[in-house]
Amino acid sequence: MTALDRRTGRPDGALADGGRPGGRSVTVLRTGPQALVQDLGRPGHAHLGVPPSGALDRPSLRLANRLVGNPEDAAGLELLLGGLVLRANASCTVAVTGPGADVLVGGRLRDSPAHLRPGDELAVGTPRDGLRCYLAVSGGITVPAVLGSRATDVLSGLGPAPLRPGDELPLGVPTGVPTGADVLPPLGVPGELVVPVVLGPRDDWFDDPAGRLHLGRWSASERSNRVGLRLDGTALPRTAAHRGRELPSEGLVTGAVQVPPDGRPVVFLADHPTTGGYPVVGVVPPDALPLLGQARPGTRVRFHPHG
Amino acid sequence: MRLRRCGTDAVLVEVDSAGEVEAVRAAVHAAALPEVVELVPAARTVLVATRPGGLPAVRRVLAAVRLGDPVDAPGREVGIPVVYDGPDLDLVAATAGLTPEEVVRLHTGAVYTVAFCGFAPGFGYLTGLPEPLRQPRLDSPRTSVPAGSVGVAGEYTAAYPRSTPGGWRLIGRTDAPLFDPDRDRPALLSPGDRVRFRAVR
Repeated sequence: MTALDRRTGRPDGALADGGRPGGRSVTVLRTGPQALVQDLGRPGHAHLGVPPSGALDRPSLRLANRLVGNPEDAAGLELLLGGLVLRANASCTVAVTGPGADVLVGGRLRDSPAHLRPGDELAVGTPRDGLRCYLAVSGGITVPAVLGSRATDVLSGLGPAPLRPGDELPLGVPTGVPTGADVLPPLGVPGELVVPVVLGPRDDWFDDPAGRLHLGRWSASERSNRVGLRLDGTALPRTAAHRGRELPSEGLVTGAVQVPPDGRPVVFLADHPTTGGYPVVGVVPPDALPLLGQARPGTRVRFHPHG
Repeated sequence: MRLRRCGTDAVLVEVDSAGEVEAVRAAVHAAALPEVVELVPAARTVLVATRPGGLPAVRRVLAAVRLGDPVDAPGREVGIPVVYDGPDLDLVAATAGLTPEEVVRLHTGAVYTVAFCGFAPGFGYLTGLPEPLRQPRLDSPRTSVPAGSVGVAGEYTAAYPRSTPGGWRLIGRTDAPLFDPDRDRPALLSPGDRVRFRAVR
């Protein structure tokens, strides 16, 4: 079969699908701009200074896991702008979710989920819109967990390092049955996001916060990352009484819209610091956060404030 | 006590002192509500984040908190050995009008409380710093503060769990395991813990 003919070499014999349960793995051959191990993160440690981390687009990771028969909280890969090539060292099922991107096995376009045989190479192309694709493998990626999670936290450095070519990722033993969708509609990422935001806790620091959030126009900055979506555009000025004032550090939730002194908001994402010293004008509800993790630089952003 | 809305599933409790922060934190912690996901004390606030629908239970606990009462369930006692040879020890002594030896005596003589953690995993902000050691940050922060550095800034003293940029005045260093994710308790210091520093050579 073509997929086998095209393969570039045998995997390490000791790691091939030789019936040793601990030996299942995949090998990373190439990464795009950033490939990270992610699961649903490590909430519950913020009081120790540990960010929640985990996949930015959780529904897409959960879906990928379901498609390959994993529990939804299994670890998979978060691929910034695709570009991943990996080799299966064992028989496994893979699914790629999130924005639409080509999935090739042995150089041939395949629908996801796809079955891989030992030696098969899988490549994920660049998504046509959005930012982050998610890849799940049957059995899940079983690198050691840190504080109950295998997620890479780019702020505090917890979890595995960003992936590099040559990395071998251990797989767990598959427990469930792949759901076997025939066709997977890709996530659509609009060119303009209208983001709900609940005012508070420090909306009183700002001049007409609801009005300015409602009428303002922003675009996703290229300085955005897993820590936060940084926005260029309308400044949110403080009231005269709060200008030049310092706020003692206070706890932050994911989705907090923090406004530094330059007035340009940052929406905190999964790897956010646990405390911060700039006022938070409002909080984006959890349902609206996955799409923020898909906002390419330049994506237009508006807010829909309430409360 | 003022409750500030913080999204759909969290509330920011604002109070007037570090002692009141500890009273709120200890009360919510003691209630052991299954709905609570994060309980994050800070300088003058306590953030309580819950699973969806968990806020009413939190509000009931908060309504029963008496801020003036002393917190009667003190945290663990933690001893931290420090070699007092920090690069800013002389600066801290000069600013306080003391000798370096007197700075060490003051710093080791106090009992501190972990008011909150933040900035980096395992970085605890300790209150209880003697007045003469309450000093401003350096005019120009260091681009890299070595892991284990012990410093003072404002009303706080702290030990750096790992190397980061930082502007605290550094008076010593410790080899205490401040943060090790492989341990049962990854962070040596947790909010509410009592801390004493001990001079070693």
